[in-house]
Amino acid sequence: MTFNPNLILPEIYQFLVIAALFIQSIGSAKMREKVGLWLPIACALGVVVAVVSVGQQGLVFWKSYQVDHLSQFFKAAIAIGFFVTVLNASRQPTLDKEKTTDYFLFLALSAWGLMILASAVELITMYLALELSSYSLYALVAVRAKSKDAAEAGIKYILFGAVATALALYGFSYILAGMHTTYLAELVKGDWSFAASPMAVTGMALFLAGMFYKLALFPFHFWCPDVYEGASNETAAFIATLPKLGAIVILIRLATMFKPGYDITTMLAVLGALSMTFGNLAALVQTDVKRILGYSSVAHAGYIMIGLVAGTAEGLAAASFYALAYVAMNLTCFWVVSRVAVDGRNLKLKDLDGLHKRAPVLAFALAVGAFALVGLPPMAGFMGKLFLFSAGWNHGYNWLIIIAGINTAISIYYYLGLVRHAYTKDAEDDVPMPDTSSFSLVGAGLLSVLVLALGLMPAGVFDLALNAGGSLLP
Amino acid sequence: MQELAYPVLTSLVFFPLLAAFGLFFFRGDSVVRIYTLIVSVIELMLALPLFTHFKLDSAEFQFVERMDWVKHWGIEYYLGTDGISFLMIILTIAVLPLCVLCSWSYIKTRVKEFHFCLLFMTAACVGVFTALDLVLFYVFWEAMLVPMYLLIAVWGGPEKRYASLKFFLYTLAGSALLLVAIVAFRVVGGTFAIPELMEHSFTFGFQFWAFLALALAFAIKVPMFPFHTWLPAAHVQAPTAGSVILASVLLKMGTYGFLRFNLPLTPAATEYFAPFMIALSIASIIYGGAVALGQNDIKKIIAYSSVSHMGFVTLGIFLLNFRGLEGALFQMLNHGIVTGGLFMMIGAIYERSHSRDIFDNLGLGKYMPAYMGFWGLFALSSFGFPGTNSFVGEMLVFVGAFEYSPWVGAAIVPGAMIAAAYMLRVSLKLAWGRPTSWNGWKDLNLREWSYLAIPAVFVFYIGLAPGLTFRVMDASLEKLQNHVHTKAQLVSIEDGNPMEMAWDSIKNIVK
Repeated sequence: MTFNPNLILPEIYQFLVIAALFIQSIGSAKMREKVGLWLPIACALGVVVAVVSVGQQGLVFWKSYQVDHLSQFFKAAIAIGFFVTVLNASRQPTLDKEKTTDYFLFLALSAWGLMILASAVELITMYLALELSSYSLYALVAVRAKSKDAAEAGIKYILFGAVATALALYGFSYILAGMHTTYLAELVKGDWSFAASPMAVTGMALFLAGMFYKLALFPFHFWCPDVYEGASNETAAFIATLPKLGAIVILIRLATMFKPGYDITTMLAVLGALSMTFGNLAALVQTDVKRILGYSSVAHAGYIMIGLVAGTAEGLAAASFYALAYVAMNLTCFWVVSRVAVDGRNLKLKDLDGLHKRAPVLAFALAVGAFALVGLPPMAGFMGKLFLFSAGWNHGYNWLIIIAGINTAISIYYYLGLVRHAYTKDAEDDVPMPDTSSFSLVGAGLLSVLVLALGLMPAGVFDLALNAGGSLLP
Repeated sequence: MQELAYPVLTSLVFFPLLAAFGLFFFRGDSVVRIYTLIVSVIELMLALPLFTHFKLDSAEFQFVERMDWVKHWGIEYYLGTDGISFLMIILTIAVLPLCVLCSWSYIKTRVKEFHFCLLFMTAACVGVFTALDLVLFYVFWEAMLVPMYLLIAVWGGPEKRYASLKFFLYTLAGSALLLVAIVAFRVVGGTFAIPELMEHSFTFGFQFWAFLALALAFAIKVPMFPFHTWLPAAHVQAPTAGSVILASVLLKMGTYGFLRFNLPLTPAATEYFAPFMIALSIASIIYGGAVALGQNDIKKIIAYSSVSHMGFVTLGIFLLNFRGLEGALFQMLNHGIVTGGLFMMIGAIYERSHSRDIFDNLGLGKYMPAYMGFWGLFALSSFGFPGTNSFVGEMLVFVGAFEYSPWVGAAIVPGAMIAAAYMLRVSLKLAWGRPTSWNGWKDLNLREWSYLAIPAVFVFYIGLAPGLTFRVMDASLEKLQNHVHTKAQLVSIEDGNPMEMAWDSIKNIVK
C-alpha cells in the first residue's frame, strides 16, 4: 500500500507548526517572546491548508485512520478555531512573557490531537488522540499567572479528566470483550441493543462517558464552569470550543451505530434533555460571564444530541453544522470577553454595563454572539437549531425537540442579560476602558460577520456537512 | 402574474434595512431625522406599484417572488401578498413616516440608533406580512424583537428595563414552540411553503398540537387574555413611536398569524378550539375594557383598550363566518390607524406636560382646540361611533357574533358599552376638566398637524367609504373561510387522537 502524504496534509502542517514552536520554546528568552510575530500568519496558512484538503478521502495507518468528508470538515473547523484562538490569545495579559511560546505550543498540540481525533476510526487511536489533546490542556489551565483559582481549576480538570479517561479505557475493554474488535467499521456491523450484547453496550456507555466529559454533557459537566472561571479568558475560549468539536466528531462516528429505539440512543436522548435543562437553569443564576458561558455550553451539548439520536445523514450533518456554528458564536462571545477584560480579570455581568458607549463594535459583536446562542434568527444558532429540529423530528424523539424548544425559551433570560448590560445600563465612572484597537474591532467585526453569514447563507456549509454525514451511513 | 420591472416586495423589505445601515454615514441629529423621513417617503413610493398592480377581487397570492434559500431543507425565499396581508403591508409602511415625525423632538439621545431601530423594525414587519415560507416568516417574526426591545429599553420611561425584558421574554418564549411547530409542518407536510401546506391534509392529532403551539405564540403577540400582561408595561414605558408601532403593527402580527397559519393549516383543530378561543376573546374584550375604565394614566387606558379591541379581532376570526372574518381584518386595520393616532396624541401632550395622568392634563378643550378636535375624532372612532372606520369593523364583528350565536353576540355588548364609557371619561376630563393652573401650552404645531391629519383622513375615508377596503380583502377571506370549512370536514376527530399521541410520547420518554 502506498502512503499518500496529501491525505494528512493538515496534520503534517500542524505538526510542523508544533515543531517550530518547540524549537522556539527551548531557545533564548528573547526568542521565546517573539512567537506572536509569525504564529498567526502560520495559523492562517493552516486554515488554507485545511480548507484545500477538504476533498481528500482515504484510509491510512492500517485502516485506523480515515480521511473522509467528515474528518476534513472538522479539521477545517479546528484550523479556523485554532487560528481565532491564537489571535485571541496573542495579547494575553495574565501570561508571563517567557511562557508565551510554551503556551502556544500546548495549544497547537491540543489542536493537533483534535485533528487526529477527527480521523480516528479505531478505538485505541481515538484514545491516544483524545489524550494528546487533553494533556496539553491540563497544563494550559494552570498557567494563569498568580491565580489560585487557576491552580484549583487545573487540578479539577486533571482529576476529573483522569477519571473520565479511566472510564473510557475501561469501556474499551468491555467493547473489545463484547465485539472482539476495536475498529469502528467492524463495530458498526454489531447489534448494539442491550439484549444482544450487554457487555459491549455497557462498554460503549462507559466510553461515551469519557466523550461526554469532553463535551460537558450532564452529568459529566461539573468541571466546566469551574475550569472556565479558573482559566484565563483566552484559555477558556479554547477549552470552550475546540475540544467540543473533537468530542462531537467522535460521537458522530459512533452515532452511526445507534438506531432510534436502541437503549443507548434513548440514553443519549435523555442525557441530552437533562443537559439542556440543567445547563440553562443553572446559567440563569450566574453573574460571572464565563460561568454563564460554561453552563450554556452544557445546554448546547444537549441540543447537539438531537442530531445524534436522529440516526440519519441529516441528523449527523445538523450536529456537525451546529458544532461549527457553536464554535463561531462562542468564540465571538469570548473574543469580546477577552477584549473587555484588558487586565485579564474575570468579567462579571456588571462589568459589561455601558459597553455600547465604550466600545460599540464589541457590544454589537456580543449581541450577535449572545442572540446567536439563543437561536434568534438570522444568526447561525437559529439555522443550527432549525436543522437539528428538522432532522430530529419524527424519529421517535419528538419530545426531545419540544424540550429543546422550551429550553430555548428559558435560555433567553441569561443571554439577553449580556445584551441588556451592554446596551441599556450605564457604566460606573472607574470602569477600565476595553481594548478598542483596530485589531480588537476588526476581529470582533469579522467574527460577527461569520456568525451572521452562517445564519443567512448556511446552504454551502450545510451541504458540506451533509456530504460528511452521508459518507458515514450505509 | 405582474409585469413589473423590479421585485416590489423585496424592495419594500430590504430598502429600509439597507437605509438603516446607511444611517452610519450621516452626522448630526437633524440630518438623521430628515434622512429617515426621506427614506420613509421613498418606501411609500416603492409601494405604489402595489396599488396600481394589485388585482382586486383576486384570492391568489400576488407579486410572488420565489427562490431557493437552503435547498436541502426546501427553505425558500418566498414572498407574496393577498387581500389579507396587503392592508397590513400598507399599514406598516404608512406608519413609518408618522413615527419619524412624532419622535422629531421627543427623542433627543442616541438619535441615530433610534432611527436605525425604526427602519429595522419596518423591514422585519413588512417581511412578516409578505413571507410565504414558514422559516422566512419565523426569521422576520423574531428579527423585529431586538429593535423593539431596544426601543423600549433605551428610549423608554422610568421602568423601561422591566418592561422591555418582560416584552422580550414573553414574546420569545411564546415563539419557542412556534419553531417546533414549523419543523413539524415541514416533516409531515414535506415543505415549508405555506400555499403548498394549505393543500395538505394533516391528521386531527397533528392539527391539535400544531394549533396549540401556533396559537400560544400568536395569542401572546395579540395579546389575548390571560397572556396580555406584557402589553400595558411595554406600552406605558415605550417612547411614542414605540407605542405606535407596537399598537399599529406588532399586535396585528398575532391576529395575522391566526389568519395565515391557524385557520388554513389546522382547520379542523381551529373548528375544535373555536369556542374556547371565542371565550378567551370575550374575556379579553370585557377584562381589557373594565381595567381601562379604572386607569388614570392615559397611555394605560389606551393600552388596556387595545386588549379589548384586539379581543374583537380574535373573536371575529374564530367565529369562522364571513362577517366575522371581514370584521376582524377590518378592525386590524382600524385599530392600527386609531390607536396609533391616540398614542401619537398622548406623545404630543406628554411633550408639553411631562405627565400622562389625566388629572395633569385637564381642560385642553379651551386652550388646545385643534388637539382636542383630533382627540375627539380618534376617541369616537375608538369606541365605534357611526361614520368612523371602527364602526364598520365592530358592526361586522357584532353581526358575525349574532350569526354565530345570540349568546355570543349578547356577551360582547357590554364590551362596546365599557369602551364608550372609558373613552368618554378620559375625553370629557381632557376637554372640559378644570385645570389647577394653565401652563401656556401651545396648540398643535405644523409637524403635529401633519402626522395627525393622515390617520384622521383615513378614519373618515374608511368609515364613510369602506367599499375599496372590502374589495381588497373579500376574495381572500371568502377563499379562506371556504378552505377552513372544506378542509375541516375531511378530517375526523378520531383520526390520530391527540391525547393518545401525547401518551405515546410520554411512554417513549420513560421507556
